[in-house]
Amino acid sequence: MRLAVENLHASLGAARVIRGVSLGVEGSRFVGLIGPNGVGKTTLIRAVAGLIPFAGSVTLDGNPASAMSPRARARAMSYLAQGAGSHWPLEVSRLIALGRLPHLEPFHRASATDEAAIARAIALAGVAEFIGRDVLTLSGGERARVLLARALAVEAPLLLVDEPVSALDPYHQIRIMEVLRAYADEGRTVVAVLHDLSLAARYCDRLILLDNGQVKADGAPGDVLTPQNLRDTYRIEALIGGENERFVLPVRRVE
Amino acid sequence: MRAPLSSWMVNSVLAALTLFLFAASIYVGRGGDLLMDKFATIAEMDRDIAWLVLTEIRLPRALLGLLVGASLGLTGAGLQGLLRNPLAEPGLIGASGGAALGAVLVFYSGLSLSSIGLATVMLVPLGGIAGALVALAVLYLLAGRNPSIVTIILAGVAISAFTGALTSLSLNLAPSPYAALEIVFWMLGSLTDRSMLQVWFVLPFMGAGWLLVASTWRALDALSLGEDTAATLGFSMKSVTLRAILGTGLAVGAAVSVTGVIGFVGLVVPHLMRPLVGQRPASLLLPSAFGGAALVLAADLLVRLPADGPELKLGVVTALVGAPFFLWLIIRTRREAP
Repeated sequence: MRLAVENLHASLGAARVIRGVSLGVEGSRFVGLIGPNGVGKTTLIRAVAGLIPFAGSVTLDGNPASAMSPRARARAMSYLAQGAGSHWPLEVSRLIALGRLPHLEPFHRASATDEAAIARAIALAGVAEFIGRDVLTLSGGERARVLLARALAVEAPLLLVDEPVSALDPYHQIRIMEVLRAYADEGRTVVAVLHDLSLAARYCDRLILLDNGQVKADGAPGDVLTPQNLRDTYRIEALIGGENERFVLPVRRVE
Repeated sequence: MRAPLSSWMVNSVLAALTLFLFAASIYVGRGGDLLMDKFATIAEMDRDIAWLVLTEIRLPRALLGLLVGASLGLTGAGLQGLLRNPLAEPGLIGASGGAALGAVLVFYSGLSLSSIGLATVMLVPLGGIAGALVALAVLYLLAGRNPSIVTIILAGVAISAFTGALTSLSLNLAPSPYAALEIVFWMLGSLTDRSMLQVWFVLPFMGAGWLLVASTWRALDALSLGEDTAATLGFSMKSVTLRAILGTGLAVGAAVSVTGVIGFVGLVVPHLMRPLVGQRPASLLLPSAFGGAALVLAADLLVRLPADGPELKLGVVTALVGAPFFLWLIIRTRREAP
């Protein structure tokens, strides 16, 4: 699956948030979408997911996403919203099974294919121990993994996730990043909005740095997370180090 | 939470209960004996009269109880799923208020008093349906082309308040105390003295409403995870919202137009059913339809139990039973809250 975004413009109310973004992603890749608050990361990912109107084009394997049926689009890309949750005290297995809705024919029950996909998602996200529990009784970290399993169960070639690790403890942050990495390694594309630059540097193949609604830098983590880029966009000075286990430690702000 | 019973079992038991109450509603009448209704005092109860009572009085009453209860239960469950709010009920979107106002305007104009026969029976429901449709049209205009859940609730509340005010105004300006009394009594909600004509009249509206609401079942499940997630699971939220609201308006508007306002059924029944079906909004629809029918039929049996004195109004009984239950629900929710 190849995702191509061409000259995308999107607005939130009267404010134009995304101003001419173009990017292409293909194959087994874990792409981190980074940038300070308010530069349009969420707006960009929501436009790609078809949740807000935009100008420009989003194509999947050359087909305009806006011309696809909602179901076909749902099978092609899965989306995990920022701070997602359940409004009802659903049982975990039932919640994860919702990920198969785009594949179910009207009036048909889940097939063996669906059951297998659900089982794979449960295994990948490591949530087998919570099956049968009420999702609202889980801790924040456990719930985040269950909701991620729901998004994985779609088995879409493209997975869009918005801030999957914010508000989680370090253990669960690493756990979620490992799951996303594993999903990408299975030959799929993951695009994640991330705020933790160390995690982004360590787990992503590629980082796209947004600033002011435009792509400021796009490339390997080492090429994007430079002192100059961090100063220009995040307005911080940071310690950048590590070889295989890269880290970015913000030290002070610069004006 | 895990569903303790299979949905097949839940639905079978509720269907059997509904059927039993439906049969009881036909069998038991005022006075508690077989077919001993008011007619028994004015005529000898021979077979022809019994048949007449059965087909002209008991059957329409039981059928309307079934249809109205199912409409209230189903649409209550649908709206709670759509709005992801356990406090949602069919009256919320303004269709009930619109239907009540439409029916009251017919009373107020005196049409229902001056004319007899077909017109008497049909003008009030016609006014009610027209009122519900006007309320839905206003809701659509207020909420706009891409309605969000919040704008729908706000517009619904505004319409309910406005139609309520107009209904009060018509009471205020009623031409005679008798007209005002008739309006008040009608608004209390009742299944008494309805005919098969009214059953046939509401059936297409209710049927269409049921189908529209039922068509959203899988989207309601997806909506458990929020609007964005439901949209990215392949559901057009615009279409889902439109179907659920229009379906609710048609079914509830039709119900109110023939029976007046029967409160609390649409609110309480989905709460009763939710633990039985593992909380899933889609699995809640059918049990809520059965549960609503059973509750209204049971309440209508209850109002006929006292041997003499004025017959209690159905809406009064459902609210009398429903309000304390709702309080209990709040207390229980508070206790369970972490």
